[in-house]
Amino acid sequence: MSQWKLICRVDDIPVLGSRRVVRAQGVAVALFRTADDQVHALLDRCPHKAGPLSQGIVFADAVSCPLHNWSIRFDTGAAKEPDVGSTPRFACKVEGGEVFLDEAELGTLGTELPAPTAGPQGCSHA
Amino acid sequence: MKKMKLVMIGNGMAGVRTLEELLKISPDLYDITVFGAEPHPNYNRILLSPVLAGEQTIDEIILNPLSWYEEHGIQLHLGKTVVKVDRTKRIVHAEDGTTAEYDRLLIATGSTPFILPVPGKDLEGVIAYRDIADTNTMIETAKTHQHAVVIGGGLLGLEAANGLMLRGMQVTVVHVAPWLMERQLDDVAGKLLQKSLEERGLKFEIGAHTAALIGDKDDGKAGRVMAIQFKDGRELPADLVVMAAGIRPSTALAESMGLHCNRGIVVNDTLQTITDPRIYSVGECAAHRGIAYGLVAPLFEQGKVCATHLAQFGIGRYTGSQTSTKLKVTGIDLFSAGNFMGGKDCEEIVLSDPMAGVYKKLVIEGDKLVGACLYGDTVDGSWYFKLIRDGRSVNDIRDKLMFGESNIGDVGHEGHSKAAAMADSDEVCGCNGVNKGTICKAIKDKGLFTLEEVRKHTKASASCGSCTGLVEQLLMFTAGGDYSATPKKKALCGCTDASHQEVRDAIKEQHLLTIDGVYKALAWRTPNGCSSCRPAINYYLISTWPKEAQDDPQSRFINERAHANIQKDGTYSVIPRMWGGETTASELRRIADAVDKYKIPTVKVTGGQRIDLLGVKKEDLVNVWKDIGMPSGHAYAKALRTVKTCVGSEWCRMGTQDSTQMGKDLERAMWRMYAPHKVKFAVSGCPRNCAEAGIKDVGIIGVDSGWEMYVAGNGGIKTEVAHFFAKLKTAEEVMEYTGAFMQLYRLEGWYLERTVHYVNRVGLDYVKKRILDDAAGRKALWEQLQFALDGEPDPWFDHADAKVDVRQFKPVNA
Repeated sequence: MSQWKLICRVDDIPVLGSRRVVRAQGVAVALFRTADDQVHALLDRCPHKAGPLSQGIVFADAVSCPLHNWSIRFDTGAAKEPDVGSTPRFACKVEGGEVFLDEAELGTLGTELPAPTAGPQGCSHA
Repeated sequence: MKKMKLVMIGNGMAGVRTLEELLKISPDLYDITVFGAEPHPNYNRILLSPVLAGEQTIDEIILNPLSWYEEHGIQLHLGKTVVKVDRTKRIVHAEDGTTAEYDRLLIATGSTPFILPVPGKDLEGVIAYRDIADTNTMIETAKTHQHAVVIGGGLLGLEAANGLMLRGMQVTVVHVAPWLMERQLDDVAGKLLQKSLEERGLKFEIGAHTAALIGDKDDGKAGRVMAIQFKDGRELPADLVVMAAGIRPSTALAESMGLHCNRGIVVNDTLQTITDPRIYSVGECAAHRGIAYGLVAPLFEQGKVCATHLAQFGIGRYTGSQTSTKLKVTGIDLFSAGNFMGGKDCEEIVLSDPMAGVYKKLVIEGDKLVGACLYGDTVDGSWYFKLIRDGRSVNDIRDKLMFGESNIGDVGHEGHSKAAAMADSDEVCGCNGVNKGTICKAIKDKGLFTLEEVRKHTKASASCGSCTGLVEQLLMFTAGGDYSATPKKKALCGCTDASHQEVRDAIKEQHLLTIDGVYKALAWRTPNGCSSCRPAINYYLISTWPKEAQDDPQSRFINERAHANIQKDGTYSVIPRMWGGETTASELRRIADAVDKYKIPTVKVTGGQRIDLLGVKKEDLVNVWKDIGMPSGHAYAKALRTVKTCVGSEWCRMGTQDSTQMGKDLERAMWRMYAPHKVKFAVSGCPRNCAEAGIKDVGIIGVDSGWEMYVAGNGGIKTEVAHFFAKLKTAEEVMEYTGAFMQLYRLEGWYLERTVHYVNRVGLDYVKKRILDDAAGRKALWEQLQFALDGEPDPWFDHADAKVDVRQFKPVNA
């Protein structure tokens, strides 16, 4: 049985926009809201260079990464052709205008994947 | 539901490409049956020449192995020629009695070599050059025989001759026209080519008419060919005769079916035959608007359009292509396009360097480039081809035209111009770090044919495009293809067939105010567009209808949504505005304090005389802006960025004008100005030009008697020196002319088109007419800009007015 955790209201996410969900450990989770108010959740990390997908432009079925414009599909977390790669996808439930994520997935899914780095020490500031 | 039946006659490149496109978008619509006259699966016919030359093998040029047909459930009949089609019962009959019913029929029978109607044409050893069988015959003959004659000194004939020579035969090319490749080259280039091929060992009979081919039996009338006889009575020994005197669309079957043919099977813009709506035709057998194309790119374009109609999507029109020519003989570079012969009303610019083996001719009609013929150095071929296609005025670059695009400041690929001479590890695309080996591998492994495909798969030449010529050369040598998909009109993106200009026009004429409105009016194919069209349309709306159309932040790139520049780790950079590059102790103190307080890791002085704070966390952005208390520098936006100035007459002993004040005034008047791309100004106080005004979108240089105005410079990927635009007397004039030029660019530029590309497209003369010659128009433009900018908010402080969604700065906690 999934243990659903209330995250926010659908209306807290801009239409054709996104919100970042920070968790206890691991890279954040990105929530995306489509034009028809569907909500999708992916690890906030592009399979290409780990760019934050939550900062991309949102379409009906995918988000384009802000760094190099890869398109990542909401239904699978996979990059659209011809690019190859995939980012973890999170189960996401919408009920009564509220958005829920799976507690277990939040705790474990994609936590091993490193955050991107930049700057003189190559350390992460995000 | 029972599937419909699609039958394809012909198993060549154009037809199979159409099936591939169809399977991509509608994999389950049809049961597909394919008839191929040859016993091979689809292969790359263009690469027969390298196979003949021993540079590749048959296996390497197979495009779709038998397993591909199996995988897609395609019933494949190899080695079966279709002899009859019953259009009433909709049944295809092959020679051996095989039949297939169809709901839709695709005819892709390609072309047939033209065989000279001379006595002896049916002798053993007389062949055409069309398929694998012909190629194998040539390879085998070369092992046992000595003398080869190729009839026809066109593209195919020369490739055949070169291959046979490399296989050890003594080859003579018989060509009836006065010079080689007369349909692709002018006489000078044709003769240079001949000389170069002679040096390699080919012999030529130019202007010779073939009278007969003579056999070794039955008084010369039978057996194997042994000689060729010319009309003047001379004879040459010939153990092998290759007919390469041109091709004809294969229309015999179509004609027997009662389909209208006129130099090909006549099709409309959807590739449907005009006789029978159930029947489509693509490839060399199809005549579209009177032209049967023989090059890959146009045929693939046809295939794509045809597939969408077969898939019943009913979208896309094929409107024809312009084509260019290259010869696939390793070591010989030639290129031609358009009307390279010139003629009445045409002028020619010619560069001839016989010692170096370089010849270039450009044909100009009026103010436009209409043709080009290059020999020995073809790296600029694609650039000339683009100019010919775009049909834009070349008056302003006429003096530099001959020296090529690279002369206008290309960077990023170490000055390489010959791809063949590069090592696999050499970098071709400096923007995306793609080397030659990677590109060649992708072309081979993924079966790429067009420039667009290479860009998509490897990103090479997908950014600045300055290495396009090199990538095309690689395509040429690796895939053998012609390489550029060349629709006459370029669609804005894959979501539509409309061009940038058509979108701009529709927004203006139909008074469209929302993105959805544009999608509806122009029948967009995607519900929310893509990352190319959505930001473009958002810009077109707000620039065309200021104060009416609503900005949509979700249609902007992240930088313009967060009002800061995203960095590779997801942090942001902050560049506050420093008017004219001047700052104060108080500003610097506040910046220093913010750096300490928010632990900002890097502080850097920019090229635009400002300070860049790098590595700011998104959560801190609003507070950093607030603490610094300086206006947004818009360093993240397609908008006015910096106005670079020198100190000018206030301090400088050389200064003639107060350039700092002029710069500050320009910046205060035009900041917050969104544009098709980023915009940079510079103002120098004297001709020493310390502010580098010569490479800015607008550069102002003070002289003793006033100001000189320069436009459309660029210091980026290609260094472009700005054009002198006008000599002005007063600061007010500088303001008005600059504002008017900017507004013209804002209204007419295409999204992501810098001023240099805008001015290149419309021509400097046009811009002068609008700004310099039309005083009332100029004033009106300047007023329009002031109206648009009046009351524009500073997004760093007026969040609500600037529609900044501040929720983005606060992450949700799980």
